[in-house]
Amino acid sequence: MSLITSKTVPGNVAVSRHQGDEVVFNEVVPRKHPGRWIGVALLVILVSQFVHSAIVNPNFHWDVFAEYLFAPQVISGVGWTLFLTVAAMILAIVCAIILVLMRDSDNPIFQWLAWLWIWFFRGTPLYTQLLFWGLVAVLFPRISLSIPFGPEIIGVPTQWVITAGVAALLGLGLNESAYLAEIFRAGFKAIDRGQTEAAQAIGMSRAQIWWRILMPQAMRTIIPPTGNETIGMLKGTSLVLAVPFTLDLMFATNAIANRLYLPVPLLMVAAFWYLVVTSILMIGQFYLERHFGKGQDYVETRHV
Amino acid sequence: MSDAAVPTVSLEGIHKVFGEVHALRGVDLTIGKGEVCVAIGPSGSGKSTLLRCINQIEKISAGRVRINGELQGYDERNGRLHEISPRRIARQRRKTGMVFQRFNLFPHKTALENVTEGPTQVKRIPKAVALKRGRELLDRVGLVDLADRYPNQLSGGQQQRVAIARALAMDPEVMLFDEPTSALDPELVGEVLDVIKDLARSGMTMMLVTHEIGFAREVGDHLVLMDHGVIIEEGAPKEMLERPKNPRTQAFLSKVL
Ligand SMILES: Nc1ncnc2c1ncn2[C@@H]1O[C@H](COP(=O)(O)OP(=O)(O)OP(=O)(O)O)[C@@H](O)[C@H]1O
Ligand SMILES: [Mg+2]
Repeated sequence: MSLITSKTVPGNVAVSRHQGDEVVFNEVVPRKHPGRWIGVALLVILVSQFVHSAIVNPNFHWDVFAEYLFAPQVISGVGWTLFLTVAAMILAIVCAIILVLMRDSDNPIFQWLAWLWIWFFRGTPLYTQLLFWGLVAVLFPRISLSIPFGPEIIGVPTQWVITAGVAALLGLGLNESAYLAEIFRAGFKAIDRGQTEAAQAIGMSRAQIWWRILMPQAMRTIIPPTGNETIGMLKGTSLVLAVPFTLDLMFATNAIANRLYLPVPLLMVAAFWYLVVTSILMIGQFYLERHFGKGQDYVETRHV
Repeated sequence: MSDAAVPTVSLEGIHKVFGEVHALRGVDLTIGKGEVCVAIGPSGSGKSTLLRCINQIEKISAGRVRINGELQGYDERNGRLHEISPRRIARQRRKTGMVFQRFNLFPHKTALENVTEGPTQVKRIPKAVALKRGRELLDRVGLVDLADRYPNQLSGGQQQRVAIARALAMDPEVMLFDEPTSALDPELVGEVLDVIKDLARSGMTMMLVTHEIGFAREVGDHLVLMDHGVIIEEGAPKEMLERPKNPRTQAFLSKVL
């Protein structure tokens, strides 16, 4: 009964012929794809023409582009934009996890609060929310803990706590949490109920089931749209001038452009750096997907 | 109460209502230690629901479930039932091992990791010990060579045997099987039934829902036939299959035999 042999076929071999004990694998000549080659040729011509015209076109001011590509304000802008993106996403992910748990709980108050949160943050424009966070210090001059209608116990001026950076972070992160909560919920809903039942049957606690069984499986479906959201967030950081927060990449390049009256080269600088950061984020996404696709998307079929 | 007199599983007047559907309407059943109880019956008669009530995947609507005499899911004080904490329910569930029709292996874990998940996470057994035991269990179901494969690299029969090993790893008092072979291709049924037969011989207490009447006769100590949420006939398998008393049993058996 213990002699169970493998049923998987090695690698990409489709059919094999047996000669005694030797297996002679078929040698297959791949299909030809002439259409692809024509397409590639056309694209190469188009792209090289475009690149050529952009390089020789004096309106692009490549000298200015080169001069400001590594300018200190620009580099610091890249740093701030990256920081805002990552920090706001972390805040959003933490909030979204709490929201998903609240919606899944048996407590109707939690369910209702989570619903209300998602309703509000999805239902109002991000720009408006950022403006609001910028105005918090005006609307509520002091943050204090006090007895209702009684004396104050402890308090600080709001502007000490909600600085422009914090306002930008809260604005971006809380708004994003509403969208992520929906993505996460869909990811968990897609898992077969049998997974929870099997985990219950071996006596796992609710928290263990969430963390060890459901979360890793949900990650598979959650990561691609969350990667999208992260890249959206990267570009969304340019909205923080509503707060106003003035250190991000877009603000920095705009400021230089306005000073020089040369918008195009600095737009190219901004685009270049956004592309660099997006590429870095995409590499991260690739590794995350590979990790959580273990056993389902990325299975090595070669061994045994 | 002396230990010998306490049945491993005792069901008293179990009812289960799903909204409009009255799936179980008063089921009484006892399974003694080492006994193999087989449940058969038409589709929708409540066999799965009954198993799921025993390990508390479903909450019962009326009655009492006891395992080794311990009331499951509630505390009874002064004739009233009190809810117990999820932690205690999880602890009680460890005493039952469940094998599902559709395997329900954890797809992101290898065969061995599936088997060691319970022991390491729930029982907090040291990893090295759990791995050793996990390999022994996989060996017992004939799969030790495939320990590092993920579920979707295994055939249905192999997956179901991993699922059996996973349930056994918790050292349950009773194993519950819900149609363990009905999602399998015919040629794979035998390998799973062999494992179950082996378990029965080793003295494991079991309740098995199946459509394999021949197998029921072979391994069963006790056969129950369910219909419309009640047990309509029970007894020794051979006796019952050869000379059914209830006309509805006769009607059912004439269809499946
Ligand atoms: N979660 C549920 N909600 C509503 N009704 C349910 C639920 N689970 C089961 N039922 C109903 O309870 C009855 C018993 O179902 P159960 O699955 O226990 O039958 P079964 O004997 O296992 O049938 P089968 O042989 O097809 O597996 C059926 O009428 C079914 O529709
Ligand atoms: Mg069933």
